Amino acid sequence: MGGRHEPSATGGWMAFDLALNLQLLFTGTGIGAIYALVALGTVMIYRATNVVNFAQGEFAMVGAYCMVITTHGLGWPYGLGILASLAMMALFGVVFNLGVYYPLRHRSFLPVIISTIGASILLTNGMLAGYGPEPQTLPSALGFDGIEIGEVFLDSQYMLIIGVTILLVVAQYFFFEHTLIGKKLQATSQDKEMASLLGIPVSRMIMLTFIYSAVLGGIAGILVAPILFVSVGMGSQIALKAFAASIIGGFGDVTGAIVGGLMLGIIETFGAAYISVPYKDAFAFLVLFAFLLVRPYGIFGEKVSQKA
Amino acid sequence: MIARLGLAALAILSLLLALGVGLNPYELNILVQAATYAIAVLGLVIVLGLTGQISLAQAGFFGLGAYGVALGTTIYHLPFLVSLVAGMVIAALMGAALGASTLRLGGHYLAMVTISFQQILTLVLTNWISVTRGPDGIRDIPRPILFGVSFAESGRYLAFCLVLLYLAIYAIWRLKQTRLGLGMQAVRDNELAAEVVGVNTYVTKVIAFILSAALGGLGGGLFAGGFGFISPDQFSFAESVVFMTMALLGGVQSPFGAALGTFILILMPEWLRFLKVFYLAIYGLAVILIVRFMPNGIWGYVEGLRRRQAPAPIGPVEPLELLSSRDVKGGTLLEVQDLAKHFGGLKAVDGVDLSIERGTCQALIGPNGSGKTTLLNVLSGIYKPTRGAIRYKGENVAGMSPHMLAARGVGRTFQNIRLFGSLTALENVVIGALRPGHDVPGGMAGVRARALAALDFVGMLDQAELIVSGLPYGYQRRIEIARALAGNPGLLLLDEPGAGLNLTEKQGLVELLRRLKGHGMTIFLIDHDMNLVEQVAECITVLNFGRKIAEGTPREVLRHPEVRKAYLGEETDADAA
Repeated sequence: MGGRHEPSATGGWMAFDLALNLQLLFTGTGIGAIYALVALGTVMIYRATNVVNFAQGEFAMVGAYCMVITTHGLGWPYGLGILASLAMMALFGVVFNLGVYYPLRHRSFLPVIISTIGASILLTNGMLAGYGPEPQTLPSALGFDGIEIGEVFLDSQYMLIIGVTILLVVAQYFFFEHTLIGKKLQATSQDKEMASLLGIPVSRMIMLTFIYSAVLGGIAGILVAPILFVSVGMGSQIALKAFAASIIGGFGDVTGAIVGGLMLGIIETFGAAYISVPYKDAFAFLVLFAFLLVRPYGIFGEKVSQKA
Repeated sequence: MIARLGLAALAILSLLLALGVGLNPYELNILVQAATYAIAVLGLVIVLGLTGQISLAQAGFFGLGAYGVALGTTIYHLPFLVSLVAGMVIAALMGAALGASTLRLGGHYLAMVTISFQQILTLVLTNWISVTRGPDGIRDIPRPILFGVSFAESGRYLAFCLVLLYLAIYAIWRLKQTRLGLGMQAVRDNELAAEVVGVNTYVTKVIAFILSAALGGLGGGLFAGGFGFISPDQFSFAESVVFMTMALLGGVQSPFGAALGTFILILMPEWLRFLKVFYLAIYGLAVILIVRFMPNGIWGYVEGLRRRQAPAPIGPVEPLELLSSRDVKGGTLLEVQDLAKHFGGLKAVDGVDLSIERGTCQALIGPNGSGKTTLLNVLSGIYKPTRGAIRYKGENVAGMSPHMLAARGVGRTFQNIRLFGSLTALENVVIGALRPGHDVPGGMAGVRARALAALDFVGMLDQAELIVSGLPYGYQRRIEIARALAGNPGLLLLDEPGAGLNLTEKQGLVELLRRLKGHGMTIFLIDHDMNLVEQVAECITVLNFGRKIAEGTPREVLRHPEVRKAYLGEETDADAA
């Protein structure tokens, strides 16, 4: 393994290049923010249904393709494309819930997991059949490339990603803690039976969760598209890392998903720069293995006992 | 019986066809692929079908076996069989490492970890060029020469693969009725109950994972020999999903079903070539539809038709023997000192002393939330005590896991009945009879006879061949007691055995408990129904807020002021003054 990519042209391994490290930190945070957004969607669905949605990455992929279809295909302006794409994602969340989760809601978690894996294959290959294997490009949303501070270049798209993520996290916090519907969603995720007895329409709350997760996934897909290219495979890589992030953060924990996502993005970026480029995608999983061995309940998770 | 003969005839016929009929090389290749894939899919029958653990890395193990044969034969010039076994061992070791490190977590974690393993393996196979030859793969993998016979010709090689496939199917079919296989199914249906009847669930799951990985490796090794060429992209995550689909379609709980599913999905694309780009999308759709509409696959549907046949009547059974003479003598069987179980700040059980004499029936009562079930869970090993000692037959057993306590003779039932839902009443009780530390003479036949005797003891003999999840509640309670009795426990813990029973059923329960006492069985039971408790218990312990507030004969306890206060809210004299 290793050693293919020199961390800097002149310094070699030993020299500490501050500008390079800051640059890596910035890039890693941007990628990590994408993982965090997708992890957030996974955690929302997990809290509402107690099942992991293995098609969460495909939500991002579908979102990015909606953007390609509206802006490239139909020639709509960027802003309108975003609105239309997010509306399509909301609808997609409804269809996904009704087709993949809802019929299996009374079964154990295993059939539901398998069903979401099936959905992931269906979406990936359906899109492949419809749009072909060539990756599509989307331009950056902001009109400028970025700004340079000293030797560190802050790419505008990465700044946008970080900014939107912060906004969404803050908005989500207020929504859940300070609105009635947010409280109802929380109640649903904690105890469906009790919530239902208290007159909370549980099925509708779960539907809302799927819509929100789909929109969140769509936003992540649209944000990451200018960096990664839009391809049918983009979802699965993001989703696996997002899922790893949510386990590292503490499964089912919202803060954990965000912290875990950012952490993975940064670790991966530094790993690629200092250790090995070809094994870039392996770092996330190695960190995950390490956590599962040492602290399986993650950074913010609590150890729970089995109940008889 | 006819079905079995039919399957055997079909197997022999297929071998003759492979050897004799001149299928063209393309057709033979497709069939070799189907046979080798089917062997790997059988691994999923063990891990997912029998044990209920999800594994999304089967293509990874398949790949390890394939690389074992490819590298072994072409680079290291080892004989085919040696390479094949080496590949299987590597796959099994990987499976062991993966399973041992994560099977305690189960569920979603397992899905994630197996996917991670699969992804890392693909990266390694692609990038570690000096060993794996990288993305270009390995060519010219030879087929074996065994005992002077060359299997280079495709028909012969197919026959070779089919023989191994049939052996694997037969082995798994037999496995289902062995101690290990029944333990796996117990883990799948109810992990906690499996522990309590003495199954070491963790070890059972790891073994399932190892066997599954080894079968994946075997299939992969044969696949490499069959095609002569392998490359990393043949063993990707997508292939793992394909394996999973094959197992689900055919029926993941049956080796026949899984093999059938594999052949259908390998041969189908040959007929569905016109689908081209939609092929994998339809795979995905098929997974969703199968899970929704055919939860047990094609074979499950077939079995469903067969199950409707009336089971053969069961002949006379022996009376159930309980306890050895050593156990019937008096003295203290279980002694608990200063036992505590705290959950964070909540002191569910807080410093309880208790002593259970051999051959007596002792009851534990107390208001809701007083810590009764927690105490029972600590006694049966489900919870580790925060402090205190539990001495069973003189040995300190505090902190032991449930299966270790079961091996020492502690049997129990649950308040919310925990049976192995998809198994028959007899199979449930057989698993109970197989508890470690309980030797039944006469092998599996002896175990079966004992299980029937236990069912007879609780009056459930007529239900022996029925699947328990469909039985009425009262029956299930009795079967759960029979499961504990079949293992001949030294101490029987019953968690609210009367809950949910009507008056007649309760009277039946009292009669059953009295008969058990007649055999000298030591019983410790929780119940709310004072009428029931009074009729069977010599001694009652009362718990409130995790502490013992009274103990004595039913009459004494009911007069106790603390007890009256706890139950009726009456003020004691001390409070009034």
